[in-house]
Amino acid sequence: MNILGSLIKKEAIHITRDRRTMFITLIMPLVLLLLFGFAISTEVNDVKVAVAVDKHTDTTRDIIQALDVNSYFTFEGITEPSEVELLLRQGKIDAALILRTDGGATTYQIIVDASNPTVAQAAVSYISGVVEHRTSSPVITRTLYNPQMKSSYNFVPGIMGMIFILICAIMTSVSIVREKETGTMDLLLVSPVRPVSILIGKLVPYFILSCIILAIMLTMAYTVLGLPTSGSIFSVIAVSLIYIILSLSIGLLISTMVDNQVSALIVSAMLFLVPVIMLSGMIFPIDNMPLPLQGVSCIIPARWYIAAMRKLMIQQIGLEGVITEVLVMTGMILVLLLAQLGKFNSKK
Amino acid sequence: MSLVAEIRDVSKSYGNIQALSEVSFSVEEGEMFGLIGPDGAGKSTLYRLLATLLVPDSGSLTVMGHDTVKDYRLLRRLIGYMPERFSLYPDLSISENLNFFASLFGVTIKDNYELIAPIFSQLAKFPDRPAGKLSGGMKQKLALSCALIHRPPILLLDEPTTGVDAVSRSEFWDMLASLRKHGITILVSTSYMDEATRCDRIAMIDHGRILRTDTPERLVAGLDENLYNAVAPDMFRLLSGLRTLPEVIDCYTFGAALHVVGTNAFSPEDIVRKLAGMGIEGVSIYPAKGVIEDLFIKLTRNDQQ
Amino acid sequence: MTNSNIAISVRDLTKCFGTFTAVDHISFDVGKGEIFGFLGANGAGKTTAMRMLCGLSYPTSGSGTVTGFNVCTEGEQIKRHIGYMSQRFSLYGDLTVAQNLRLFSTIYGLTDGEIKSRMDIVMKRLDMEGMADARVKSIPVGWRQKLAFAASTIHTPEIVFLDEPTGGVDPVTRRKFWELIYQASSEGMTVFVTTHYLDEAEYCNRVSIMVDGRIAALNTPAALKARYHAETMDEVFRTVAKNAQRSE
Repeated sequence: MNILGSLIKKEAIHITRDRRTMFITLIMPLVLLLLFGFAISTEVNDVKVAVAVDKHTDTTRDIIQALDVNSYFTFEGITEPSEVELLLRQGKIDAALILRTDGGATTYQIIVDASNPTVAQAAVSYISGVVEHRTSSPVITRTLYNPQMKSSYNFVPGIMGMIFILICAIMTSVSIVREKETGTMDLLLVSPVRPVSILIGKLVPYFILSCIILAIMLTMAYTVLGLPTSGSIFSVIAVSLIYIILSLSIGLLISTMVDNQVSALIVSAMLFLVPVIMLSGMIFPIDNMPLPLQGVSCIIPARWYIAAMRKLMIQQIGLEGVITEVLVMTGMILVLLLAQLGKFNSKK
Repeated sequence: MSLVAEIRDVSKSYGNIQALSEVSFSVEEGEMFGLIGPDGAGKSTLYRLLATLLVPDSGSLTVMGHDTVKDYRLLRRLIGYMPERFSLYPDLSISENLNFFASLFGVTIKDNYELIAPIFSQLAKFPDRPAGKLSGGMKQKLALSCALIHRPPILLLDEPTTGVDAVSRSEFWDMLASLRKHGITILVSTSYMDEATRCDRIAMIDHGRILRTDTPERLVAGLDENLYNAVAPDMFRLLSGLRTLPEVIDCYTFGAALHVVGTNAFSPEDIVRKLAGMGIEGVSIYPAKGVIEDLFIKLTRNDQQ
Repeated sequence: MTNSNIAISVRDLTKCFGTFTAVDHISFDVGKGEIFGFLGANGAGKTTAMRMLCGLSYPTSGSGTVTGFNVCTEGEQIKRHIGYMSQRFSLYGDLTVAQNLRLFSTIYGLTDGEIKSRMDIVMKRLDMEGMADARVKSIPVGWRQKLAFAASTIHTPEIVFLDEPTGGVDPVTRRKFWELIYQASSEGMTVFVTTHYLDEAEYCNRVSIMVDGRIAALNTPAALKARYHAETMDEVFRTVAKNAQRSE
């Protein structure tokens, strides 16, 4: 067997023999996807809504009918305008729609219980959507790409961005640093093996592991979470592979920065995982951040990956739409790898 | 005999800590060469330099005629290195560890099995046991087998006997002795002074400096002069008493007795009488045989004050 | 030996881990002020036995007392009346000499008044009065060892347990350390010490050698050498431990 082959085999034994870590690594992506996809959802169902109408017209009938059949609402019936406040206070309804017809034109007012802002916001936008469509009001809003505003879609790229940092960066760096700690790295270096082979021997098994996880996550996303498959799965995979390589390079960077496993974990978590969650746009939209933070987010690899994944998976744009992101990530890989090869080769 | 390793004026510092200063010595082919000194003397730094893992600040190291800085790639095929801790993969089995290290050097276990057989035979009985579950002595044997599997002409062993009990230590030295008939040059370090006699030649090292380099016999020659054993029922009082006498240069515990280094005016009978005058009774003083540890104490005496 | 002169007394002390008997019915007494060498091959059960004597783990069976407290029930009291020093962990390198001593005084439960007076005494005895504010990692290894010994005995315990206190230390420092042990012992402190250096076994009043969980030999160094027709304790040890079945 050639040297690279046995290095990879050895690393594979390390990974598969540690059953607990292996299990967590494979199960965690599933759990996170399900958690964010279903349990933790920012979309609002069953908004209880009542309607107060001063004069029934075709338009008002149409609106009431639309609310009644819409699965996001529970239509609580028609009521008097004076009753609305009481119903809201009693919690019987979340929102009320008051329709007035004045000389053929229908105007409307939405009254909403904002004690839960998320529900209130959703209710307002849902109701406006229904009403604006049917009145002569000139504002026409259309929700694109994610017409039902399903948040589970939105989280898929974010979770993938996080998982690969976890698997590639943390596991790779810890496994390299462990060898430094136990002294086996010295034995590898003293053998005729080229340093670059040692690195490749470390990276390949984790790359393969990441590919398996990618396959699991995409399968989940396209089946259980019901992501539309019309986009190019090929592009999604290609960009993900680039991101996996980038995450592996980050793992190498961490391993050259520290010399014990605990620091490797802390550095990975503080320098890479937390920013990925906070600044990559996974949870908080980048456009809403103060300008300096937006600048900082540019150097966070996950930001570019998540942006690209949103375009590919949710907007269903082709590969040509994510060229910037792909170029930025490729550039990061080159810088990281070149810097580290130099460092790894040099002696103290 | 040709030189297998030559270390010339090597200095190395880490920040403001001087690990080695102007170290020079050479190792001949087929020799068992001991590097003897306490923890922190610079032994491991010297090993890492020889193993091409470090670059000296100044001076040069040549192994088998190759410079450790320029020809490090070539040297890495020739050196067998066993670092201070038994560095093995604890989650890999005995045979997986050995196979892995063999493949790094492009050899198979079969190629050189007869070399490691005397060491490895005990381990060969349970090849699937994880290395992490082995005892200290067994780990030591496996690490040595891994370091030998590519039949290196020179073996660098950094404190192989640290933390191992006296029985396993003695066994380990026997194994090393048996390796010499294969013509392998061995450079071994230890902090146990009594292991010096197992080497052909030794270098004594302390605080990054080489104190002496020679055969153990030649090193201790002449040490016996004015060196005495002293025993008494109350050893602690004897020690304090002897230290007050002008004829005593140094006095320290040594096994069951005290070793006393005297001046030329030292006469056992006189001393016994003087001690009796101080109320220390039952003293007997007789000539002692100096060993490496006496020499080490002698050479470092001035540093310690 | 009368009862009041006994520091440690154990009978049939046994510790099992599952089906493995780490310590197998050991019995011995250690007198007050005695230097007791506790030797054994790797894996003979030394560490397990020592943990029981220090009150860190309770025996599976057997009985015994350490400084008069029951090893089966009074671990907490034992811990308060003994000192412990190991080569692996002894002092905090980033703290100063004085900070280390103060820390150990507090850990051993001395009052503020006691701390002040004990620290003055210790610093004077160690001849380290000028070094109170030096960081421990910057002082020579010999001083560090003396200091570690002082820290572990700052509360004037009746017994001090020393676990391989001199591993890897140069011969001169090693000897100076043993002089500290002699001094402590002559002042009445009981010293229970393990070591890999068999010449140091000669300095002990009595030596026990553990093999496979049992005490295979126990006597004065002179008597042991006579019994095994050996010149040195090294030979005695090798004869006794040669037939050990297990290791670690």
